[in-house]
Amino acid sequence: MPRWLALLDGPQTLGRGPAFWFVFALLVVATGLLPAVVDAFAITNLTYFLVWVFMALGLSIIWGYAGILSFGQTAFFGLAGYTYGVISINLGDAGLWTWFALLMSLLLPAVVAAFVGYFMFYGGVRDVFVGIVTLSITLVFETFMAQTAGPEWTIGSARLNGFNGMSNMPPLTFPWGETPIVFDGPSLFWLVLALVVVVYLGLRIVVNSRFGNVLVAIRENPDRAEMLGYNVRLYQLFVFVIGSVLAAMSGVLYTLWGAYITPSSMGLTAAALPIIWVAAGGRKDITATLLATVFLTWLSQQLAVKGNQYALIWMGFILLVVVLFAPEGLFVTVWNRLRDRRRLRRVATARKTVSLPSA
Amino acid sequence: MTFLVEAYAFFYQLADSFAFLVLCGLGLAIIFGMMGVINLAHGEFIMCGAYVTVLSARAGLPLPFAMLCGTFAAGLVGLILEFLIIRRLYHRLFDSIVATWALSLIATQGMLIVAGPSIEGLKTPFGSFELGEYSFSVYRALLPLIALLLLGALYWLFVHTRFGVYSRATIQDANMARALGANTGRIYSQTFTLGAALAGLTGALYAPTITAVPTMGQAFIVQSFVTVVVSGADVMLGLAPSAAVLAFIQSLLTKSYGQLIGQIGLLLTVIIVVRVLPKGISGWVLQRNGGR
Repeated sequence: MPRWLALLDGPQTLGRGPAFWFVFALLVVATGLLPAVVDAFAITNLTYFLVWVFMALGLSIIWGYAGILSFGQTAFFGLAGYTYGVISINLGDAGLWTWFALLMSLLLPAVVAAFVGYFMFYGGVRDVFVGIVTLSITLVFETFMAQTAGPEWTIGSARLNGFNGMSNMPPLTFPWGETPIVFDGPSLFWLVLALVVVVYLGLRIVVNSRFGNVLVAIRENPDRAEMLGYNVRLYQLFVFVIGSVLAAMSGVLYTLWGAYITPSSMGLTAAALPIIWVAAGGRKDITATLLATVFLTWLSQQLAVKGNQYALIWMGFILLVVVLFAPEGLFVTVWNRLRDRRRLRRVATARKTVSLPSA
Repeated sequence: MTFLVEAYAFFYQLADSFAFLVLCGLGLAIIFGMMGVINLAHGEFIMCGAYVTVLSARAGLPLPFAMLCGTFAAGLVGLILEFLIIRRLYHRLFDSIVATWALSLIATQGMLIVAGPSIEGLKTPFGSFELGEYSFSVYRALLPLIALLLLGALYWLFVHTRFGVYSRATIQDANMARALGANTGRIYSQTFTLGAALAGLTGALYAPTITAVPTMGQAFIVQSFVTVVVSGADVMLGLAPSAAVLAFIQSLLTKSYGQLIGQIGLLLTVIIVVRVLPKGISGWVLQRNGGR
């Protein structure tokens, strides 16, 4: 096995060994086969649950692994959505232009994140102030987009449309002979699923690599990491950019999913949601984050049948209970309990075998 | 004459903005400055104060008493929440932020379910006065005075009372204060209650001027945070200048470009202040005077 592949299992991620990867492969294949079993509506919903995973994973590595609490991931989410909207509405879906729009809506947030990150980490902004700056940026962007209702706010042929949001951007289209492939329904689902798998595996390698270990060292004690000779600010900047590009990926996929993006997808309530998912699952582990995000977005949708306010109340309760009684996160706490119990049992059996001769 | 009227109109706007920022920031600043807890449910304490005021005034209580009810209700809720939740989260900064955010979600959405999207408001008392082509609300013109009075009262509380001395000792060095016999747990609890009650009072004071809606906390909390971050940890030193500076920026931008741009201006100011003066105005003043 090449060395980089061996990094899939490591100290910074839960789950290892053949049993874990067998279950993982089984889950991926089963999920991939779902379009053959369930109806189109269910597939649309499933796509929606998976779309949010990227932003949550990004926040997990920024907050859980590197110890930087960013409240503003939705700024990059929204920026990506609007970028895709503006570019794709202007250039249309001929040729590879929608893919160009997709690429640009990941690149632009990356550049903005690099700028914001440089401003913060190289300017000595630390701890909770990072949260304040990122949240302020999100709110600035939200407020700005909310006031673009007038006809003068038009970029090319794309109208920003203020609080009502932009809609009717073309879906991803791949030219393929006579009938181009249009990514919607099952094909969009498969695209998103494939991206989830690639990003998840990629992040496992990243967090278990030297880079990931340094991030954790910085989380545990930034001053000590600096004294040991690591360029703390550069690492923080890097992880912030990676996490923000992931938020942007969620944003652009969300826009593709619903052909719709609004300023309220960046506001205070929207900004709270990724924090809830990540904190509830266990911010220090990407597997826990992934599972919690899919589970909680599913749960929100189930609860929202009675009205959105019920879903948010339950999210609040879950978050409160987790912070008070399982600060490491639900999935991580359960996982650790199970592991400890298994270890205890193993120790007990070992003792029995050892003590048998003497008895 | 028209120039004078214009000038007064601007001053009125400025003072109104100043009062709003001071009143918003007070409760949050005390809890943050004294306890280091960032209370993201601050806006919901304001909402609580406003709702109780509106409901008890409509039930027939005279307005001042209704406002007292709102203040006490928010203080009581603060006392209970401190006992049940906040107490467990001291020294866990991130967790206290997340937990108060959860509380804020629960309170907002709970109020939406219980009381619906909005409740019938109150009439603003005292009417209005005319100046040139403008009409000014007497009540809103009084709010800056109330804000200044409150600042004075808090100064007295923290400098001249037993509670004030104990609480300042606790901020400076909690362990030493405990060794000298101060019950720091009780002081934290009292401080949180005071902060919550002040938020309730803010809600009560603004109840007659706005329509109370469950999400009103969000409108308040941004302004509160902006003021507190610019002010820094020392409430007495930083809050008034911070509110004055921000009010000036906001009213200037609002007058020229509209309310949303005013809001954006405030947020941009905060981003710059965090970068340039991370400890806010009060931290800067203390540093210049050779303090800690």
